[in-house]
Amino acid sequence: MISFQHISKTFNRGKVNEVQALNDINLEINQGEFVVLIGSNGSGKTTLLNTISGAVLPSQGSIHLLDQEVTKLSEHKRSRWVARVFQDPLGGTAPELSILDNFRLAALRTQSKKLRIGINDSFKKTVRDKIALLGMGLEDKIQQAMGTLSGGQRQALTLLMSTMDHTDILLLDEPTAALDPNSAEVVMQTAEKIIQEHQLTTVFITHDLQEALKYGDRLIQMHRGKVLRDFDAKMKGALTFEDLFAWFKN
Amino acid sequence: MIFYLSALLLGLCLSAMGLGIFITMKIFKIPDITTDGSYTLGAAVTAIGLIQGWSLGLILLFSIGAGAMAGILTGLVHTRLKIDALLAGILVMTGLYSVNLTILGRSNIPLNNVNNIFEALSIFGNPIYNELWVGILFLGILSALLAYLLRTDFGIAMRATGNSESMTRAMGINNDRMKIIGLAIANALTAISGFLMAQYQNFTDINMGIGIVLVGLGSVLIGDALINWLGIQHLWLRLLFIMLGCILFQMALAVALAQGVNPNMLKLITSIFVLAIVGIPRLIKREAL
Repeated sequence: MISFQHISKTFNRGKVNEVQALNDINLEINQGEFVVLIGSNGSGKTTLLNTISGAVLPSQGSIHLLDQEVTKLSEHKRSRWVARVFQDPLGGTAPELSILDNFRLAALRTQSKKLRIGINDSFKKTVRDKIALLGMGLEDKIQQAMGTLSGGQRQALTLLMSTMDHTDILLLDEPTAALDPNSAEVVMQTAEKIIQEHQLTTVFITHDLQEALKYGDRLIQMHRGKVLRDFDAKMKGALTFEDLFAWFKN
Repeated sequence: MIFYLSALLLGLCLSAMGLGIFITMKIFKIPDITTDGSYTLGAAVTAIGLIQGWSLGLILLFSIGAGAMAGILTGLVHTRLKIDALLAGILVMTGLYSVNLTILGRSNIPLNNVNNIFEALSIFGNPIYNELWVGILFLGILSALLAYLLRTDFGIAMRATGNSESMTRAMGINNDRMKIIGLAIANALTAISGFLMAQYQNFTDINMGIGIVLVGLGSVLIGDALINWLGIQHLWLRLLFIMLGCILFQMALAVALAQGVNPNMLKLITSIFVLAIVGIPRLIKREAL
């Protein structure tokens, strides 16, 4: 599903602030896998995620999504396969537009945006029914501007938006980092439900070790631009919080 | 009375430009000052077309096309070469001065005894009422078309682009392409103002566009202040309020002139007026803190 071959990324090459964010990464992520990506700051997690979405193009190596080479493909073109939720709740939604407008764009993520009015009564009903599943009472506020909602509500809606159109890959970049524990729980449960329901291949970055243990069926730890540990579901299941905590100690 | 009706008509003529600046400034958050050039460009194309005896519809199409091309040029310079939007606008605007002069052939073309859109209606005895209704109908249709465009799926994508670029990229939208299209539409609208003004004042002058972007900016700020104050969400209503801003701006200038202000001081007054619109709310906010 996602395949990295000898991926390296160097920022500011040849300058004093040169950083090698990724160092010869070789990685295969299979269809339907829910990968949790952990690692200290600067280990290359976000850069790795960004090479999947196309926000960062690698310096070397090649990337395949669904057996197609996408190494040089721009971000908006890769959106045919990839949906993402950003760390910043503002990143995944347009704040001045209504919830309805945001969902309309999400429903056309893989299609062209034509010169016709696509928001009709049946579309409104679809959005309302979908939002009602969250149980946040937002289904009656679809005309409200996205920016008037809380961070947790926006993250939950961003997750729902990713399922408005066909998706193969879901990228979650610390989606709960800016949220209170309760909202974080709601967002992660929504994510898990969506991932299972749509059989999405998921890469989930988190600094929360409890979350890392609780969710996902594969755990990868990155360190200085390389994959340091790669645990499958069985090995991951045997891990304790103390094990993970110790990984970050040295 | 006639004096203020003329100001009203003048405001209507400039409303198309106001709508264009609303698109760049409020929707795309791009400071575009190609306006000065594309406004004169529209008027220059109109002058040549009228003298050649083309139909008004054809002249309008040519004006729109010319304005759109100016906008596309600014858009290309801004997005492809990653040059600051303000500088990209200045580059194109400056270049357009020579283009406009070439189109006109000389610095001023009078447009008497030629076709004129404002003579299209003859319902009332007083010509100013006929002219006003032409302006109202023309801009009513134009703003309704623009409101429709902004409500389509494409329009939602346009509005989102200026709002959150990370979101629109993730939604499969090519932000650069969208900005180029936005600048094309905005400058086409500005050229329509040039088209109307040339016929309203019966001449096209190479210098008629100097500082016009400031007039548009001030007008949009007035309209936007009203929109925020009244909490208007409806798209067409918002566009109508932007047009109201353009009219109020011209009214204010007309009042200044009626008070005996020297017309040579008009640009300075415009500047001070826009400064007041931008500055006073900030001063009030500072006191509130």
